[in-house]
Amino acid sequence: MTDPNTLSPLDLDTPDKTFLDANELVINMGPQHPATHGVLRVILRLDGEKVLGLECVIGYLHRGVEKIAENRTYTMFNPYVDRMDYVAAVSNGLGYCEAVEKLLNVEAPPRAQYIRVILTELNRMASHQLWLGTHALDIGAITPLFYTFRDREEILKIFEKYCGARLTTHAFRIGGLQYEAYDGFEKDVRNFVSFVKPKIDEYEELLTTNRIWLERTKGVGVISGKDAIALGVTGPVLRASGVKWDIRKALPYANYKNFDFEIPTGANGDTYDRYIVRMVEMRQSLRIIEQAVEGIPEGPIMAKVPKVMKPPVGEIYHSIEAPKGELGYFIVSDGSTQPYRIRVRPPSFVNLQALDVMCRGQLVADVIAVIGTLDIVLGEVDR
Amino acid sequence: MIAKLRSAYGSGIEPLTYLGQNYMVVDRSLIPDLLRILRDEEQFDYCVDITAVHYPKREKQFDVIWILYSFPRNERIRVKTLIGESESLPSSVPIWATANWLEREVFDMFGIKFDGHPDLKRILLPDGWKGFPLRKDYGILQQDNEWVQINLGIESGQ
Repeated sequence: MTDPNTLSPLDLDTPDKTFLDANELVINMGPQHPATHGVLRVILRLDGEKVLGLECVIGYLHRGVEKIAENRTYTMFNPYVDRMDYVAAVSNGLGYCEAVEKLLNVEAPPRAQYIRVILTELNRMASHQLWLGTHALDIGAITPLFYTFRDREEILKIFEKYCGARLTTHAFRIGGLQYEAYDGFEKDVRNFVSFVKPKIDEYEELLTTNRIWLERTKGVGVISGKDAIALGVTGPVLRASGVKWDIRKALPYANYKNFDFEIPTGANGDTYDRYIVRMVEMRQSLRIIEQAVEGIPEGPIMAKVPKVMKPPVGEIYHSIEAPKGELGYFIVSDGSTQPYRIRVRPPSFVNLQALDVMCRGQLVADVIAVIGTLDIVLGEVDR
Repeated sequence: MIAKLRSAYGSGIEPLTYLGQNYMVVDRSLIPDLLRILRDEEQFDYCVDITAVHYPKREKQFDVIWILYSFPRNERIRVKTLIGESESLPSSVPIWATANWLEREVFDMFGIKFDGHPDLKRILLPDGWKGFPLRKDYGILQQDNEWVQINLGIESGQ
């Protein structure tokens, strides 16, 4: 493209050389942009309002989590994982604790497993609620944000009562749980389930058949199941493209195989289908919570784990279905108290790579919708 | 599957299992042919992750690991190869599109080059940064002070 500074300002006779008549326009979005949900910079190549392609610039929140892990003991690294996907800290902790447990060859006791599932599913719900509120806000619907934040508050209250923290919970320990469920935990969870069930209908009333919502989401950011697999996209985005795959069913961890739930899928792989998939997922999470809270067994909450953890030499990969997709931990132990290497496979990072494919041929305004529908958290993208 | 691969490639493949997870250590020369065969013939259609581990005391300093998953078989496998500091690897972007950012991150953190990668540049760190943070000889408090001073206008990021 011609550098506009080199043109004389009055050079109007040669229109094809001026800036405004250029066929391609490169514009910059972010890193400080409210719709990027953090510090994400996107360089867009446009033809008029149509997106020809884009490039993501990431790393603004890079804290070197994997390097920190190599200099901490297994126990000390546990709170750090909460700071990656900070809206789903409980899921991050579950993945990490289970990976180290696998490496140590121990298993959390059944009571701990049940409480873990309840808290993780509550967190999935909270993550989806935050996603729905902000995603709808980006597209122009302000009301859902108030509804979802009001209801998410109830989940955070349960977390706070359970472990003292609302967001970066550090709820689980390697081998089980630190804290016994507080008095009235089960009652709180049951109350929450009956409180929130009609609220999900309320969200749907606002959006599912709303004409503006349909116009802004139907056929926007389409990705086929085949492309999604090639790009390594996981979670609700993959399922909305028609691939029925959820790690909770495919490679069950914790005690998910004891619970009855469905995996929702979409047919078109567009933003609307991803919205529907996440709405159904919220209801399915409630179903799991209802089953789990009825069946919490008595017993210990902590397995026998040595005070000084020295897992035998070896490597392990363990992954869970986080609210955003496949969250994996690849841990290499050299037999010492500190991990030799921890690699985090972040779902947001891999899903964000699909943004380019999903935005091509769309309008500029749809880029916002697609960033929202991918449900990325920059703390996890950059680690 | 392993028997079939071994008959085709001989002793270049060593199948191993640890804690119920299968992985294989393969010769560098078998990459990327083996990866392509895993995708095309063994249906490992989803590349979960690509990562590396640095062992500074070894002659071949790096482990590079591909974590693969097959939707039809519902099975996960890891492929590992060992390379020296000056060696590069063929890119697997033509096999799995997702390898693009994953390989960029390995390059960013370890300095391992992938031949044929469409756009191999740093991804999390800024472009002009010196050093590869996840190598073992890179200290946890170490940073590219020159970059910080020029670009951020502060003495140190610590």
